[in-house]
Amino acid sequence: MNKKLTNKKLMLIGNPNVGKSAIFSRLTGVKVIVSNYHGTTVEFTRGYLKLGDDRMEIVDIPGIYSLEPTIKAEEIAVKIFEEAVKEKNENIFINVIDSTNLERNLNLTYELIKRDIPLIVVLNFWDEAGHTGVSINREKLENILGVPVITTCGITGEGIKSLVDNLHNAKRSNLISKRISKDITEKSKWEQIGEIIEQVQKLKHRHHTIGEKLSDFSIHPLSGLLVAIIVLGLSLSIIRLIGESLITYLFEPMFENYWTPILLKISALFNGNGILHDILIGQVIDGKISYLDSMGMLSTGLFVPIAMILPYITAFYFVLSFLEDSGYLPRLGILVDNLMHKLGLHGLAIIPMLLGIGCNVPGALSTRMLETRKEKFIASTLMAIAVPCMAQIAMIFGLLGRYGLKAIIIVFVVLFVVWVILGLLMNRFVKGTSPEIFTEIPPYRIPYFKSLLKKLWMRIVWFIKEAVPYVLLGVLIINILYVLHVIDFLGNLVGPIITGLMGLPKETVGALIVGFLRKDVAVGMLVPLGLSMKQMIISSVILTMYFPCIATFTVLLKELGAKDMVKSATIMILSTLIVGTILNLVL
Amino acid sequence: MSLKEIQIGDKAKVIKLNGGLMFKKRAEALGIRVGSMIEKRSAQFMNGPITIKVGNTNIALGVGMAEKIIVEVL
Repeated sequence: MNKKLTNKKLMLIGNPNVGKSAIFSRLTGVKVIVSNYHGTTVEFTRGYLKLGDDRMEIVDIPGIYSLEPTIKAEEIAVKIFEEAVKEKNENIFINVIDSTNLERNLNLTYELIKRDIPLIVVLNFWDEAGHTGVSINREKLENILGVPVITTCGITGEGIKSLVDNLHNAKRSNLISKRISKDITEKSKWEQIGEIIEQVQKLKHRHHTIGEKLSDFSIHPLSGLLVAIIVLGLSLSIIRLIGESLITYLFEPMFENYWTPILLKISALFNGNGILHDILIGQVIDGKISYLDSMGMLSTGLFVPIAMILPYITAFYFVLSFLEDSGYLPRLGILVDNLMHKLGLHGLAIIPMLLGIGCNVPGALSTRMLETRKEKFIASTLMAIAVPCMAQIAMIFGLLGRYGLKAIIIVFVVLFVVWVILGLLMNRFVKGTSPEIFTEIPPYRIPYFKSLLKKLWMRIVWFIKEAVPYVLLGVLIINILYVLHVIDFLGNLVGPIITGLMGLPKETVGALIVGFLRKDVAVGMLVPLGLSMKQMIISSVILTMYFPCIATFTVLLKELGAKDMVKSATIMILSTLIVGTILNLVL
Repeated sequence: MSLKEIQIGDKAKVIKLNGGLMFKKRAEALGIRVGSMIEKRSAQFMNGPITIKVGNTNIALGVGMAEKIIVEVL
């Protein structure tokens, strides 16, 4: 293997939806790193390709149609590209092309060739091209472009070895100097591409494929609605099935059988009492530990994130990743576009909302796919107020479940109504424009399982790293606040609002304080208060609405800026007071 | 006629793009330019977005955008 290769980086670049991430997964090992582009919250993935004993860094540049960005999301991708071009070690660029869309993809290829960089072109979805009646003469294309052209199928892994073997053949194309005068106009660029297409591509007439028929069926206003209901219903059932099974058969027995005896031994070391004992283990009643009530860092602090929330997070992201990779989400976006327009957003804004159900942080991050300040403001505020994260949902299910499905349904219907009403209001009063949807709808594809699992794994690791420390900190702070009687003091201070307007006991203020750290722990803190069903419903709703948790807050502050964050927070607090009071009167 | 007005299932040729530079660039990036062949695939109720097929790509666009794309039905 060429030794020099390992000093270079491998940059994957291509249009959106060309199967770049499946190729990335094939090339890299288990370890994938998600980095933030400096100074921004935009993420991109890196990994390493093993070459003999050495390794080579691979960067997956987010998808772009052109080196001249047409939307904001593409700007960072272009910056990552430009920086890689500037580095002295002659990085290798792999231009991944969707073989079924050769003409459109060659636009970017042309721009890359013009930049005079070491290039390899990969014709991905090679098998699919065959099925859709597209046949491309690879040798001819290689001769014309003057760089290696390799055919692959990211899903089966075909061609990946050949790609790795050909890395040292990456070269600068002489196509431009040979064929095109320097000042080519846009029109002649497309003429050139048209000429190439004529030489290398043959199209066979064919009927619509099953995938296309399914696509039409799921976009049609009537049948599409049916599909949406089925998909969402099925997703919920699968999430519950996976989540509950993991809890019942894996995590609960694990804690009961292996962790409880250890905790009891630790408890015995402290003789079962003392401040440190209470902070670490919490209350031990009759030699038993109740993981929900004891409020110790090692008992409740570990049980809540690992045994109650992680299973649902895993289940949720598994289903969401599947929906993302299959190509369904943009179609859902088209169906809900009309509704979303009334809220000052367009259909694709449903994606940050769905991501927000997993965790508000990635949801808030993904609002940058929206173009204008108005859209970002509305989407972020709506999500922070009315979209509870999976951690919180898991806790609400766990605690309200005892009152039956009715209580849970009330909470979610109230939040949905708040979401719609606030959206309508903000659309009316927030200045700015909301552009229309204008996007590619990728064909339905069966997700590549390995890259799906890799994505799932990254999201789980991220949750554990982000959530567990905060939960532990939350539990620690509660204990300290109780010991110092701070919660009593604050409870008396804001008691009139909480008790008078919303009909909640003043101790709820403790949950509201902790909710700033972790909403799931906050919901858990309601357990010992002995609330009625009505009070549980109201407190679940206001805990969702009043303010985002600190992790989400940090991201929102960065994405929106301080001024808009203040406005957003004002809306949050006001609407919480109004909704809490109304619920207290109505329920 | 604009893309909004033609029927679902119609095949048409783009003859003009009315709109700003950014709109034209975005359209071109997605494969819609003067001379492109398109097929209208669906439309949502109440002036919701429409979907079209260009080459092997499906594209969704709002009616406002669709009105800016002038086509000739084949």
